[in-house]
Amino acid sequence: MSAPLTRRRLLGSLAAGGGGLLLAGCDKIDASPSVQRILGLAEPINLHAQRLVSDRAALAPEFSASEMSPFFRTNGTSSPGTPDYTQLVASNFSDWKLAVDGLVATPLSLSLDAIRQLPRRTQITRHDCVEGWSAIGQWTGLPLGMLLKQARLRPSARYIVFHCADLFNGTPYYESIDLIDAFHPQTILAWGMNGHPLDVGHGAPLRLRVERQLGYKQAKYVMRIEAVASLAGINGGKGGTWEDAIGYQWYAGV
Amino acid sequence: MTDHPETPQGGDIVYRHRLPVRLWHWVNALSVIVMLMSGLMIFNAHPHLYWGAYGANHDHSWLDITPGHLRVGPLVIPTPGILGVSPGGRFVAFPPLVTIPSSYNLAHAREWHLAFAWALVVPGLLYWAWGFARRHIQRDLAPTRAELRPSHIAHDIGQHARLRFPTGAAARYYNVLQKLAYCAVIFLLIPGVVLTGLTMSPAIDAAWPWLLDVFGGRQSARSIHFLCAMGLALFILVHLVMVVLAGPINEVRSMITGRYRLPRERGE
Repeated sequence: MSAPLTRRRLLGSLAAGGGGLLLAGCDKIDASPSVQRILGLAEPINLHAQRLVSDRAALAPEFSASEMSPFFRTNGTSSPGTPDYTQLVASNFSDWKLAVDGLVATPLSLSLDAIRQLPRRTQITRHDCVEGWSAIGQWTGLPLGMLLKQARLRPSARYIVFHCADLFNGTPYYESIDLIDAFHPQTILAWGMNGHPLDVGHGAPLRLRVERQLGYKQAKYVMRIEAVASLAGINGGKGGTWEDAIGYQWYAGV
Repeated sequence: MTDHPETPQGGDIVYRHRLPVRLWHWVNALSVIVMLMSGLMIFNAHPHLYWGAYGANHDHSWLDITPGHLRVGPLVIPTPGILGVSPGGRFVAFPPLVTIPSSYNLAHAREWHLAFAWALVVPGLLYWAWGFARRHIQRDLAPTRAELRPSHIAHDIGQHARLRFPTGAAARYYNVLQKLAYCAVIFLLIPGVVLTGLTMSPAIDAAWPWLLDVFGGRQSARSIHFLCAMGLALFILVHLVMVVLAGPINEVRSMITGRYRLPRERGE
């Protein structure tokens, strides 16, 4: 049954058709690999522009206890849920060891207790999700730079890769940062949050805090830390799970 | 023929827009539209706004877009089919017609947004530098003391409301409402979106923590970013309506070639 073509209906379908054409055109431009390549040029420009205006040791703002979010939501994986991880939780991570390897002179294997005995830094900082929300929480952990000095990075090491216990489409989550961020004084491997041991929802036993970056860089459930010369050979080659999976920038900066 | 041959009159063609103005106008039009449309998609990732340093799902928001509704403070406005829609099954706050890309994709929207930010900022700074150096801003855009008198502004608003626009020699220059609107865009809304955009960067916050003090925290900056963007969208809407009412062919030609035909005096 076809309704009679009134002027209103005609105008309506013309508008819808025009809008549809416009959308199709825009999406064609968006999907074009060369357009994506050109837009992608902004990422190194943003990295260098931000590094140009900010000292490598410039600290992210820190807050007082009264400025903390009353509730710090979890995001991404709330529990890895694998048998191995469940086993770790059941034993309160007593058998767990953090591996530090790759381009290091002294590979390390450290228990959670050993890590807690090492020097710690406590900081109340703002966590900014790529989606737009922010939450302020307190983090306590081992400065990553201290651990890397202990492991003695080889001169060829350029990136630090974090291999995690949670799976994304069957592949372990991973993230990576460069050495400027790795040796930043606020970059810590947090084992405590808001005055308590780090819980499963927020990344127990260890979670990376790299305070001048967005949330998806703050890898949870860190199992192994690897120093590498290049990110090209690791999984999709873009330096992180979200970078590989949907194309978030490796260095977003905002 | 006229007593003052150097004074142009209605129907004459005058050189109205210099080349840097025309170039910047079109580059900026493209940048602002891409920024607005990709920005609306980024907003779709978390369609809630907050005041202060932090703000997430469990905190008190001042604006939300939920299925079929817009809430601003205590005000809930039904927006069926306009805001809070689910084309193809996935809920989005702003509909596909106004976002880049059209279907939900935060990663691509961010690519567009963070690349075109440079096309907004760099030409904008060049335009500022040229505009001040060549006195375009002081001469053409800054309202005079006389123009800012409430009686003058009220008169201009009255004339605009009756769609009686300047004609003849008076149309060579921007009227006070145009000057105020253009100055608001160039000195308030665009610097506003740029600075609040930078404030949302955790890396820039480490370098320039004073930005957080200026805007009252990252989530306030995000809210102001959105409000400035809505101000720009409103400007574009009014600007386009005025172009159509004032004679679209003449107006668009003047922004391409610089040459503008002065509207004829109304025979009264």
